[in-house]
Amino acid sequence: MSVLARDPTDQYRILDSDGQLVDGATVPDLDDETLVDMYREMKLARHFDERAVSLQRQGRIGTYPPLSGQEGAQIGSVHALEDEDWIIPSYREHAAAAVRGLSLKKTLMYWKGYEVGNAVPEEANLFTVAVPIGSQVPHATGLAWASKLKGEEDKAFLCYFGDGATSEGDFHEGLNFAGVFDTPNVFFCNNNQWAISVPRERQTASETLAQKATAYGFEGVQVDGMDPLATYEITRRAVEKAKNPGDGELRPTLIEAVQYRFGAHTTADDPSVYRDEAEVEKWKARDPIPRLETFLTETGRLDDEQIQAIEDRNEEEVATAIEEAEAEDDPDPSEMFDHTYEQMPPRLQAQLEEFQALRDRHGDEELLED
Amino acid sequence: MAESLTLVQAVRDGLASEMRVDDDVIVLGEDVGENGGVFRATQGLYDEFGPDRVIDTPLAESGIVGTSVGMAAYGLRPVPEIQFSGFMYPGFDQIVSHMARLRTRSRSRFTCPMVLRAPYGGGIRAPEHHSESKEAFYTHEAGLKVAIPSTPYDTKGMLVAAIRDPDPVIFLEPKKIYRSFREDVPEDPYEVPLGEATVRREGSDLSLFTYGAMTQPSLAAAENVGDVDVEVVDLRTTKPLDVDAITESFKKTGRAVVVHEAPKTGGMGAEIATTIQEEALLYQEAPVKRITGFDVPYPLAALEDYYLPEAARIEDGIREVMEF
Repeated sequence: MSVLARDPTDQYRILDSDGQLVDGATVPDLDDETLVDMYREMKLARHFDERAVSLQRQGRIGTYPPLSGQEGAQIGSVHALEDEDWIIPSYREHAAAAVRGLSLKKTLMYWKGYEVGNAVPEEANLFTVAVPIGSQVPHATGLAWASKLKGEEDKAFLCYFGDGATSEGDFHEGLNFAGVFDTPNVFFCNNNQWAISVPRERQTASETLAQKATAYGFEGVQVDGMDPLATYEITRRAVEKAKNPGDGELRPTLIEAVQYRFGAHTTADDPSVYRDEAEVEKWKARDPIPRLETFLTETGRLDDEQIQAIEDRNEEEVATAIEEAEAEDDPDPSEMFDHTYEQMPPRLQAQLEEFQALRDRHGDEELLED
Repeated sequence: MAESLTLVQAVRDGLASEMRVDDDVIVLGEDVGENGGVFRATQGLYDEFGPDRVIDTPLAESGIVGTSVGMAAYGLRPVPEIQFSGFMYPGFDQIVSHMARLRTRSRSRFTCPMVLRAPYGGGIRAPEHHSESKEAFYTHEAGLKVAIPSTPYDTKGMLVAAIRDPDPVIFLEPKKIYRSFREDVPEDPYEVPLGEATVRREGSDLSLFTYGAMTQPSLAAAENVGDVDVEVVDLRTTKPLDVDAITESFKKTGRAVVVHEAPKTGGMGAEIATTIQEEALLYQEAPVKRITGFDVPYPLAALEDYYLPEAARIEDGIREVMEF
């Protein structure tokens, strides 16, 4: 029986909280280099996150949604994809997006409020950030559906969203269409326990989020989202099924990756108002980074010297991204008129001309004085 | 007794004071309970009124609006909050198909006395989809009233009036001025009637019609322009529109500008200009000038100051109309 067909309340794990293999578990078929890469990328995400929060505190970027605690789910899942597969993110998947070709610099630019940060590189199979909760889920179904209608059979479309998103109508409609039209989707729920101040148990009376898939006619599976190996394994199986379903199987899968957001919803939020530090500490004991580190060092795949080298490399990479983001010129104000349509309509062209004349009359400094 | 409050504190105070006198008033939405709302507009209400009257809901705007319609029809006075007006759209079907029309459709057998509150507008360096001004959508919809206060005093009074109103009200709170100044606000509940504009600054040369956060740069421009005596009229509700106040001011000045941060096309400026045409054509000395956001999606934070009408742009508009 496929591992995806397990009871949706039976959480799948490979590493326990201490980084030891759980009884009967098999290490996924990944070479040592890839496993160390995954570790490095998780560390990179954590370091980037800490720096980004600090940049926000210093007023160097705007509101920013931290991901600390969620690196294992992002890096584990994204490694299960082939180059031709797609990801459709929400707004917290900076780590997964980085692996899929969106530079850390671009992520910083977006949260700094620069339009260019929203422009995904042409070669990256990565959809744009979606801020309205759950609104990207039907897009993921539509992208996958279009691929199927075009006769492609080699691509899977992985959609990220949070526990709160499962309450939105778009979640239901997106998954329902996926079941009806049997689209090659992996719906990946980053259940980080809190939708700002509302705990997971106040979102739904369902015992798990994974079990919601049953109603759509396809598999739902719960995985320890702070175990990158288990997350990889489950996502890999879901991706394979999306492309090559077995007899009687539907292509889509709902994965509930159980995890915790160590920090705030965004830098505008203060979690101490609604949750106890003791709860945070409890989840920090499941931190995905030391777990994978213990596994890799104890199995001889990683040593202290490599860890130091990884930390040095990551620090440099993030520092460079920040430097480059801050070295960018301020956007030209007329950029806000660009890309509204392929061809600018005359009335909009007239508004742009009025705007330029206004800037010429006053100069930007005087214009923005009040 | 009066307290010096900011606009967002006046929201909280308006909710609390009305909840104290009417047990049917309940608050629901995302993070409105223990967290007190992401802008603290419901701070302390959970402690004072408990979890049956201050309710954290699942993250689902259609659910929040739709269940409020049901509760209103069943005799409660729900005051749902949508966290940012940019997230009202999943609830849009409920707003336009039911909240606005329940009375009409049922020939008043069912009514919908609810107030849908949302922080709205730009100017606070918020992320994408957090800064739009879409009052025209709701103003366009028959059956709704649309209130957009610009001062702490009006905020409390208009919110109380909205809660007591027998019909549904969209209550848009300009978050740019949530905390920008304070004003004395009476402790007891009072009403500022919906549908009545107010003159913020008297003048005889030109009428400037505006509302919400744009009242501030409009008043600044009226001061800066010096040699032109500008009357600033704060509409306060885009529906009902105070046609008498618009007409009265315009008949005095014969010249008008309209200032709003929403895009120009299909915005309130068009409605006000046409109202002037209909009611006071023969008093008109110059075309009505619209000073508005541009017809582009609201830009990310780095350019939002260029998008929003500011005092210099408003001043230029005033001069252009005067020089016609």
